[in-house]
Amino acid sequence: MKITPLLRWLFHPDLVEELESDLDELFQQRVKLMGLRKARWRYLKDALSLVRPSLLKWKPVVYQYNNYPQPTNTTMIRNYVKIAWRNLVRNKSYSAINIVGLSVGMTVAMLIGLWVYDELSFNSYHQNHDRIAQVLENETLENGVQTFSSLPMPLSQELRTKYPNDFKYVVASTAGFEQIIAYQDKKFTKTGNYAEAEFPDLMTLKMIKGTRSGLKDPNSVLLSESVAKALFGDADPLQKAVKIGNKYTVQVTGVYEDLPHNSAFTDVTFVAPIDLLFENKEDRNNWRSSSFDIFTQLNPNSRFDDVSVKIKDLFRKNAEDENRTRSALFLHPMNQWHLYSTFENGVNAGGRIQFVWLFSIIGVFVLLLACINFMNLSTARSQKRAKEVGIRKAIGSQRGQLIGQFFSESFLVVALSFGLSLAFVWFILPYFNEVADKQLVMHWTDARFWIFSIGFSLFTGIVAGSYPALYLSSFQPIKVLKGHGPSLRFNIGRFASIPRKVLVVMQFTVSVTLIIGTIIVFRQIQFAKNRPIGYSREGLINITMNTPEIQGNYDAVRNELLATGVVADMGESSSPITGIWSSANNLDWRGKDPNRAASFGTILVTPDFGKVVGWKIKEGREFSRQFTSDSSTFLLNEAAVKLTGLKNPVGEIIKWHGKNWKVLGVVKDMVMTSPFEPVTPTVFMIDSKERGFNIIHIKLNPTVSVREALPKLEAVFKKINPAAPFEYRFADQEYTKKFAAEERIGTLASIFAILAIFISCLGLFGLSSFMAEQRIKEIGVRKVLGATVPNIVSLLSRDFLLLVFIAFLVASPVAWYTMDKFLQAYKYRIAIEWWVFALTGALAIGIALLTVSFQSIKAALMNPVTSLRSE
Amino acid sequence: MKGTYLGEFEEVVLLAVAIRSGDAYGAAVVTEIEQQMNRSVNLGAVHSALNRLAEKGLVTSELGGMTAERGGRRKRLYSVTAAGRRALQEIRHVRNQMWDSIPNTVWS
Repeated sequence: MKITPLLRWLFHPDLVEELESDLDELFQQRVKLMGLRKARWRYLKDALSLVRPSLLKWKPVVYQYNNYPQPTNTTMIRNYVKIAWRNLVRNKSYSAINIVGLSVGMTVAMLIGLWVYDELSFNSYHQNHDRIAQVLENETLENGVQTFSSLPMPLSQELRTKYPNDFKYVVASTAGFEQIIAYQDKKFTKTGNYAEAEFPDLMTLKMIKGTRSGLKDPNSVLLSESVAKALFGDADPLQKAVKIGNKYTVQVTGVYEDLPHNSAFTDVTFVAPIDLLFENKEDRNNWRSSSFDIFTQLNPNSRFDDVSVKIKDLFRKNAEDENRTRSALFLHPMNQWHLYSTFENGVNAGGRIQFVWLFSIIGVFVLLLACINFMNLSTARSQKRAKEVGIRKAIGSQRGQLIGQFFSESFLVVALSFGLSLAFVWFILPYFNEVADKQLVMHWTDARFWIFSIGFSLFTGIVAGSYPALYLSSFQPIKVLKGHGPSLRFNIGRFASIPRKVLVVMQFTVSVTLIIGTIIVFRQIQFAKNRPIGYSREGLINITMNTPEIQGNYDAVRNELLATGVVADMGESSSPITGIWSSANNLDWRGKDPNRAASFGTILVTPDFGKVVGWKIKEGREFSRQFTSDSSTFLLNEAAVKLTGLKNPVGEIIKWHGKNWKVLGVVKDMVMTSPFEPVTPTVFMIDSKERGFNIIHIKLNPTVSVREALPKLEAVFKKINPAAPFEYRFADQEYTKKFAAEERIGTLASIFAILAIFISCLGLFGLSSFMAEQRIKEIGVRKVLGATVPNIVSLLSRDFLLLVFIAFLVASPVAWYTMDKFLQAYKYRIAIEWWVFALTGALAIGIALLTVSFQSIKAALMNPVTSLRSE
Repeated sequence: MKGTYLGEFEEVVLLAVAIRSGDAYGAAVVTEIEQQMNRSVNLGAVHSALNRLAEKGLVTSELGGMTAERGGRRKRLYSVTAAGRRALQEIRHVRNQMWDSIPNTVWS
């Protein structure tokens, strides 16, 4: 009945003696009291009852066996932090590298986090955003399936009455466009929508004054807070009469809170009843004209997919137009509008979500780079700390305690970096917002922000601290203290530096990939910018006509402007030179496949338009006022000729809207839509029965300065149209705007790339200075024996440069693959050239060399006397 | 810091240590409790209670001399600290106060 071996195995050696004797004593007492059998039984029970966590051997608490007061957990942690702080202060340069690197990494990660949060929460201002959808149309055309958002007005009513169980609201609205809104002598150009009465309910506008039903009255208008403020100041806006577009006088029936920046309707600054647009009621029933957006909200038990299937053929059944037989309606949920807005061949092909992924990945990687620095520097210094670990272990520290110690060092560094990066983010945010075109804010008072931030810091601390903590605490005290190897120092082993090398390679792989990516993005932008545009942008300005005054007086305006001498010429068209606002898919020509439809941009111009924008006629002739027959002719651009497949287009007849149009000539392609896309096949006409004029184009006289010209223009416009503020746009500026999204991505990516290489070099800097310090005696001896400075620099730099070179080899295919994917999105794109890689490789190696050589030159120049004296 | 709340069993153990003043070790405490309360007690429970009491600073311990009865093995002798005494007094005081607050009519 010997239980001792088991006890010895289970319990602390100090406890065993005591427990065993207790068991024995009780047993002996019980034998006398209750007999052997029962005593044995109790002995067994007692022995088993001893097996409990508080008594077992591996419970680290051994407090009652010494006379020291047992520190509680908090004092232990305080001690950890104190020691960590001392270590931090003692190694100032390492600490600085760690803290700066980590705080830059965390700043990038935080900024990207805010950006991603903003992107993901887009449109969430609208209460029912998960049930709202826009009705879109897929049309099968010659050039693939195209997706349109503009639909005919009566479709709204049709959806409402046919599917009352599915739709809670169906609202037709114009897309927001600029209008003059005036109250007495105050006039502003503001963007607003004309919409059906349930628009405010659908969008859950937050009313400040009035109610959401304010649009029910046909002569009403709802204003946003900022517009109301601009028009009325502090006066009560309700029931005041304002004039929109110099045409409609309406009464203010409500004021709503400005829509936030991250809403698709952010620029809707007023809402007017859509019925205002239909002077005669018949127009409201016109299935032929597609110019309205239709928004819906589903009832709670309907699903987008099911309803999409139900409404698919609705349009086809109603439109008399035969070409509509190829169209299918579907719902595009609001939650996808922002991030999944690209349709390719009628199928959703993502959109901004790719940038969200791209930036998230960059953020994680940049943070990882900073963590790697921390790991590398900590483990590189392991020789220095090996003795400390050995001694601590020898005097009784346990591994858990050492891990705790090292983790508190990493957490301390992370905590300092976090504080610093909060300050950085706060400081940088305004500039970041400008570059990213956002209105991000720090959610200081939001508990979620703090929970997330603290979680994020803990995560960083764990990632950065795990490897050093586990590695450093694993040293065996006997080996560390006895010392091995020729130097009688603790030898960490031949392979100890391998993980460190792998990490350096990883860092530079990320950096090089980012740099290659950035260069390619910028080259792509530059390439599109240099694309021949087919017209002359110089001194070309456009003015939007949003009042009826000019439309009837074109010739008078033109003559008056030419008379000022600052205008070389003036023309009109239905859309600006930087956009095509209308299209047709019902053109017919000789040799056309009757089963297929093709979509053309359609632009109405005045005969002077061509001269104003400076287009080139390739074949045939231009429109002329002299021939009245020109009103039934077309000019085609080259893309349109290609689409029709006509060999000799001039003189061919094209049928459209029951009329024969003769092809008068061919215009060289002009880049009017996206500079990244092929030129849209376009027909130009001068018959104003088909389209309306919207834009005035003015070519300034090149001999007159812009500053001189504009006031004269303004005077003329003010005289003819005193109600409208004079607003103009330069064609070249409008064109540049088309690159804004790409340039934004490019700028952000390049900033991140620079920071990534900065962090990587910071790590390299630390490592190389450490290496130089380690080999200081070796360098001294080498110098004494006659090594030159270049010898020593190359000795110290070679290893690092090799790592950077390997990183370059790894990064190249990765960068090639991702950038190839990126470029696929653009039809007009560059090829990826080899020299980009060569340049980046040279750049990376150059920067690394610069970083490393600073330390190696310093080491090489040192007088060997100082380094060798001590031995 | 662990709370200074005293569990029922801890209180009993603490009382037993006080009773056996000067000769309170694991087995002695077990016997004491079994005799006083006529209930059977596990040695492990007693040891871990002693541990907890020590952690709370209510008892201290030292290694005592060897006795023949234990085969030359030492025993750990526990004694009640000032804090332990205060804790016991506190409990007693509270209990008394509660007894005193029972209205006479309750039992009748």
